[in-house]
Amino acid sequence: MFFLKRLLFLIPLLLVISFLAFGLMRIAPGGPFDNNRAPATPEIERAIRARYHLDEPVMQQYVHYLSDLARGDLGASTKYRNHTVNDIIRDALPVSLTLGGLAFCFALGLGIPWGVFMAVRRGQWADHALGLLSLIGVCLPGLVLGPLLVLVLAVRVGWFPVGLWESPLHFILPTITLGVLFAGKVARLVRESMTTTLQSEFITAARAKGLSESAIVIKHALRPALLPVVSFSAPMLADLLTGSFVVESIFQIPGLGGFFVNSSFNRDYPLLMGLVLLYAALLLLFNLAADLLLVMLDRRIKYE
Amino acid sequence: MSETRPVTPGERSWLRFRRNKPALFCLIFLALLALLVAAWPLVAPYPANAITDEQFQPPILRHWFGTDVHGRDLLTRVFYGARVSLLVGVVGAGVALVIGVTWGAVSGYAGGRLDGAMMRFVDVIYSMPSIIFLIVLLTTLRATVAKWLTNWFGSEAAPKAHLLVLVVGLGAISWLPMARIVRGQVLTLRQRAFVDASRVLGASHARILWHHILPNVWGIVIVYLTLTVPSVILYESFLSYLGLGIQPPMASWGSLVAEGAGQINPIQIYWWLVVFPATTLVLTLLALNFLGDGLRDAFDPKGQT
Amino acid sequence: MVLAVLLIGCGRNEPPADLVIANGGEVGSLDPATATTIEDLRICMALFEGLMRVDPATAQPVPGLAERFEISPDGRTYLFFLRTNAVWSTGGRITAHDFVWSWLRVLNPATASEYAGQLFYIKGAEAYFTNKVRDPSQVGIRALDDLTLRVELVNPTAFFLDLCAFQTLYVVPRAVIEKHGDRWMRARPLAVSGPYQLDQWRLNDRVRLRRNPRYWDATNTHCELVDLLPIRSATTAFNLYERGVVDIIWDKELIPSELYPFLRTNEAHRVNFHSFNYLGAYFLRFNTTRPPLDDPRVRKALAMCIDKQRLIDKILKTGELIAQGLVPPYTTNHLPVAGLPYDPAAARKLLEEAGHPGGRGLRPIEYSVESAGPSSPHAKIGVELQEMWRTHLGVEVQLRQTEKQVHTKDQKSLDYDVSRSTWIGDYNDPNTFLDLFRGNNGNNRTGWKNARYDQLMDQAAVQPDHARRAELLREAETLLVRDEAPIVPVYYFSGFNYYNSANVSGIWGNVLDIHPINAIQRKKSAVSGRSSVAASADLLPRTTHHGARNTEHETRSTLP
Repeated sequence: MFFLKRLLFLIPLLLVISFLAFGLMRIAPGGPFDNNRAPATPEIERAIRARYHLDEPVMQQYVHYLSDLARGDLGASTKYRNHTVNDIIRDALPVSLTLGGLAFCFALGLGIPWGVFMAVRRGQWADHALGLLSLIGVCLPGLVLGPLLVLVLAVRVGWFPVGLWESPLHFILPTITLGVLFAGKVARLVRESMTTTLQSEFITAARAKGLSESAIVIKHALRPALLPVVSFSAPMLADLLTGSFVVESIFQIPGLGGFFVNSSFNRDYPLLMGLVLLYAALLLLFNLAADLLLVMLDRRIKYE
Repeated sequence: MSETRPVTPGERSWLRFRRNKPALFCLIFLALLALLVAAWPLVAPYPANAITDEQFQPPILRHWFGTDVHGRDLLTRVFYGARVSLLVGVVGAGVALVIGVTWGAVSGYAGGRLDGAMMRFVDVIYSMPSIIFLIVLLTTLRATVAKWLTNWFGSEAAPKAHLLVLVVGLGAISWLPMARIVRGQVLTLRQRAFVDASRVLGASHARILWHHILPNVWGIVIVYLTLTVPSVILYESFLSYLGLGIQPPMASWGSLVAEGAGQINPIQIYWWLVVFPATTLVLTLLALNFLGDGLRDAFDPKGQT
Repeated sequence: MVLAVLLIGCGRNEPPADLVIANGGEVGSLDPATATTIEDLRICMALFEGLMRVDPATAQPVPGLAERFEISPDGRTYLFFLRTNAVWSTGGRITAHDFVWSWLRVLNPATASEYAGQLFYIKGAEAYFTNKVRDPSQVGIRALDDLTLRVELVNPTAFFLDLCAFQTLYVVPRAVIEKHGDRWMRARPLAVSGPYQLDQWRLNDRVRLRRNPRYWDATNTHCELVDLLPIRSATTAFNLYERGVVDIIWDKELIPSELYPFLRTNEAHRVNFHSFNYLGAYFLRFNTTRPPLDDPRVRKALAMCIDKQRLIDKILKTGELIAQGLVPPYTTNHLPVAGLPYDPAAARKLLEEAGHPGGRGLRPIEYSVESAGPSSPHAKIGVELQEMWRTHLGVEVQLRQTEKQVHTKDQKSLDYDVSRSTWIGDYNDPNTFLDLFRGNNGNNRTGWKNARYDQLMDQAAVQPDHARRAELLREAETLLVRDEAPIVPVYYFSGFNYYNSANVSGIWGNVLDIHPINAIQRKKSAVSGRSSVAASADLLPRTTHHGARNTEHETRSTLP
């Protein structure tokens, strides 16, 4: 079966990704222990590098890494020296899953109806107004929206907490900040796709048969219209689930996004590798799921 | 009135476009903006990086958009920044259009193993940590590009090397989502009856792609293109926030927005530092979107007006 | 399913802490042997202790786990007598053998301790580290009995007691480490030697400390539960403070810099601002191996065109002091040094002498800065410097922003022209700064080697008389900043702690910016309570700060 083959390909693909990422990191100048304060003598520096196998040839380090990986050991972080990568991911992943999951539901739950409504009312005043809103959502970065929401809804009015991640009430502002951008994109894609679908022959046929407009839209037009959304959603979900640096910084959320960015700047090779592999695994899985969904939405699609 | 030669489809589309008043207006707006931005060095009220002692002035007659921490006029900075952002946006969109659409179309049309390979390639690139990728690009290419620029344009141009490499790096990753979306569309379209009919009639794959499949994809492509431009510009803004983006004293809308975003606090807001760059960005992108809508409607083979 | 998702990420039914501190930046390591940054140190200091500890007000070393000590007349031998009531939090005496084990652990290359060099002042330590000596008894650390420790130094080291209060020399629990290896800090129960235990540590979330009742000075530990939050964004930290969630912000980066002038003058907020001088210097390094910067006249000309006061007033705005020499004047054992003045006319003359009148013939010079977010002052300072050098000297300067690691690497490989630099002192003595510019020091990074400078530093190292030592150091520093100028000191850091002294006491501004947490108290009545986190939203009204006269005697506000 086609999808079984894809699943089998997952491991070799991850290996390729790990190899490329490993190499890319080593090319970047600077290392995990190249900070402003060099140790007092070169011997100390050598000892530190030896401890993390950084003095060995790169291929040997890679083989070391793979053999640890085979045992499920993602290595010890060079920056957070009391923690292993497994520890870090285990602690931060649930948070990112929650935030990402909520933002994803928000993006789709808001974006799809939004887009459908715009398509149905295309060219009219409602379409233009909602379209304007969706474009503002797409153009406003989280960097601005987050602090704005905090300022208005948390500081001035006091309905929400200012930051941290402690109760469901703390989830709301970060979810909105993260989700609005994607909701806007989804809305515009759906609008376009739904418009095209509504013009197609089988819809005309359904109208001729005398079905109600809402039945047409929801029961018949929606499924094919969602195709581009599915293609778009797979990487979007992978991005959301592995955290967003900006939202996590603004709301002080202990998710994976901060680690992604900081491990790049710190050259924390093991942590970055672990995160890249996690992200890649999610991405490949979600793309597989998306391809499955595509077939379900449009029976005519064949992957041969 | 006697018949002149028949109107070509291209001319018909242009006529349809002209009738779309908002889109026409946006086209004119963008053209004027482009003109203004290109001519800005001649028109600007202040030199590019003139530092004055008037820190943090709110909008006044002397400074329509106010000033920043160095006393630089924000209006000047916004329009100098426009050049960078428009460059970034255009290149990002261009790469997405050319490489992304081609890749996605070929992949979706071919199906089978080629599709699998091409899409997995996209996945592999997508998985790479972009910050490290950009750092590598910047450090390895910057010196060479700077030398090349100095040889061709003199030492004034050397600081632009960072910008150029950045633009290349952004372009290298902007085409990926587009490829995926186009592939999804093409997968559906290729099963349609008219494709089989064309094959039976002996049309080559390239002809089928170009004449039958792609016209049905343009709608989504244009919409996603108008989403790619803000996406790239905002990514550059994120990079500026991290310190990897455009270097001072150069600015881009993204870096100005990132700078201004730090001003949002409950005590004292220098609101003009956020509002003006962000509004300019939003307005331009709005215009781009309406233009895109107009183009899509004009070239729509089914035509719904 | 949505409910399940919701429930995964939440559910924190923990009691609120007595004291919440915004610590700024995530902690790298709390293991004293591998802790490096100040964020690490502040928490490490609460968990473990050494022979000496830091006085909260003056940052001078005072007896910690050692109740008294004796120093030999030649300054090379120290005898420490441990307290009889020094015990681990899980029980068992802390003995001199524990100290020997802990210090030898730092000297073991396998531990990969970055600060192992702090122990190299001890006889035989460096040889042991580099494996030239295998026998640990050859190292000058010996436990004469359970409660007595003898240390032999290579030279009389004026700041050795400061080092004993430094985290690398803290005592760590041998049994836990031998059992759990690298992940020993995740072991529970974790035996600690300091005033607090490690209750909880979630990366990027919080470190929670709980009072250690077995600490020898536990009666003076005021807060029972302390939370330290690693906050990244200044606006968030500030908002959290305004909301009463955070009590102290003791990282300057966590207050939005644009707000400084307002906060320092406004009645309601001024009381929260507690400034102090900080043992750090901001300076520019010149790459003395690259022309035209190999000519001291060019370097001095560039140095004399920097209007340091303007930089401080316009960009920094927190009362930094102009730097004359490299070492901050409030450092112990330091004599003042006259650096290069701000004198553009003299600078132009010097440049002319060097063969470049009006900047003619000089290639564009690159000023390297680390790239950072737009609110960082470094690029802004760079822009101002560009202007200054251009207007006064006609020198064209290009700003080069490189990512942090690349910036450091460029310095190390001498691939720069002028590079922004900082140095924070490890201990309160000029040596921590001046040592940097010895010819063979890995942190020199200017290519500058001067035999006379090294000679002066060597002489100072063996000089037991404090006054004569200070003179030697002054001569060295003058050579560094005035005669040769491979560096230009720009300003000394000024820090501040942000808290309301009506509610919080027990923090003093000191030059090391070290604030032992056990000394801090927070009055519970003042703020309208911190709601238990399991409850609903934080609906507090803005806390009202008691404006006016509050007893500033605790802080040493040394603003000019």
